[in-house]
Amino acid sequence: MLELFKYGFMIRGLEAGLIIAVIAPLIGIFLVLRRYSLIADTLSHVSLAGVAIGLLLNINPLITAIVASVLSSIAIERLRISKRIFGESALSIFLSGSLAVAIVLISLAHGFGTDLFSYLFGSITTVKQIDVYIIGILGILVIAAIIAFYKELVYVTVDEEAAKVSGIPTSLINILLIVLSAFTVALAIPIVGVLLISALIVIPVVTALQLKRSFKKTIFIAETISIFSVITGIVASFYLNLSTGGTIVLISIGIFLVSLFFNKK
Amino acid sequence: MQQVNHTHTIIELNRVCFSFTSEEIIKDVSLKIHKGDYVGIVGPNGGGKTTLLKLMLGLLQPKAGNIKLFGVEIKDFKDWSKIGYVPQKNYVEMNFPVTVEEMVAMGRYGKRGLFHFSTKEDKEKTLQALKQVDMLDYKDRQINDLSGGQQQRVFIARALASEPEVIFLDEPTVGVDVKTQKQFYALLRKLNKDLDLTLVLVTHELDVVAHEATELGYINRTLEYYGEPNEFLKGAYFHELIGKGGLHS
Repeated sequence: MLELFKYGFMIRGLEAGLIIAVIAPLIGIFLVLRRYSLIADTLSHVSLAGVAIGLLLNINPLITAIVASVLSSIAIERLRISKRIFGESALSIFLSGSLAVAIVLISLAHGFGTDLFSYLFGSITTVKQIDVYIIGILGILVIAAIIAFYKELVYVTVDEEAAKVSGIPTSLINILLIVLSAFTVALAIPIVGVLLISALIVIPVVTALQLKRSFKKTIFIAETISIFSVITGIVASFYLNLSTGGTIVLISIGIFLVSLFFNKK
Repeated sequence: MQQVNHTHTIIELNRVCFSFTSEEIIKDVSLKIHKGDYVGIVGPNGGGKTTLLKLMLGLLQPKAGNIKLFGVEIKDFKDWSKIGYVPQKNYVEMNFPVTVEEMVAMGRYGKRGLFHFSTKEDKEKTLQALKQVDMLDYKDRQINDLSGGQQQRVFIARALASEPEVIFLDEPTVGVDVKTQKQFYALLRKLNKDLDLTLVLVTHELDVVAHEATELGYINRTLEYYGEPNEFLKGAYFHELIGKGGLHS
């Protein structure tokens, strides 16, 4: 087991993975309960466009992914508030539009080879030290923001109208949630990849919801499932030579299926 | 029916109009609600009852006219903990992972303000609100394990938790059986009398308003009547409405 820690990329992968494992369900619980799960998927495709821009311009793709994701998240929320188009349609336009941007950029660069593949499906071997720092700093900021606005996020999620009447600035909280989601999605790219991020944000939360506990206990259970899935996924993918992102998601789906079975009983 | 001292106005609407499109939903409504009033707002479906309530809560902005809460223009009003709100809801989302105590504690969040964690006082007030609605024994239960009537009591407790001076209720007994409804209105009567709490109740149940409320407002786009429920029931106007089937939703 210890030979794992002889490899620098494994340590970096585990460090970054642990931070992602902590923030994904923290954001996920609010997205799932507000029926916003699709936002994670949309923002992950926007992030792919960001990655493609980064690779094309030779800038760290994690940084361009974060910028693209955060800017689009604000645009999506503004479009939703303006009610000029349905919220879901806004998501679908951003999802397909950013995928189109990504594909065009990739074809312009005649493909990016293995680099792009690792961003699509996640690969800890490509996580650089600078990525660990970025994920660490921004990850801690996301956690701090959720703790600072926890009570407002909870109230707006449970009953937005009543929260507004009680004096909570609901528009600010809504934009905060979507921007934090954008950061989380972009930060998770090196570990689980663009195509599997929403799974990590959604599945541990949905699993914890099966157990029908209080809000805080649900978050705690989702965190435990997420951290367990990420750590065991990284370790298993190392020994069995499997895709990291895919292994993490399959482990969390396995736990979800077990929870469904017990819930039926 | 108790007599209310009408010297202390807390809510004032002056020639308020509202429309979503070109057709006016609320037209030229003026009224005053005083401290200790128990106001029942009735009217036909689509007559603008809920819209009027949402205007008073600042959830909708009037197209014309003005609204004052506690003497302050609604757009400048900051002291929202004085206002409690029980929204129209006949069930709680399945699977929502919230205990009764967590739900009621939310009533304190606005009062506590941004960047402040809940305190021991918040916890005490939360438990006190649960006691006032006789739901303290259920504090650790999941909100979706409760019956519709029990859930409504919890929402009242959430509104009470911020120690408000007025509570707005939008069709609170929809989907609740008759016996539970009676207990629910007995609770509202108690809160109105014992705590001197002002209540503004939107409902389609005219008989409830007739027996419970101190003031009745009948809205059908315009505020066609506002005053004592008995006067409304006695008046020829009421019989004319019944004849037209105007009150039934």
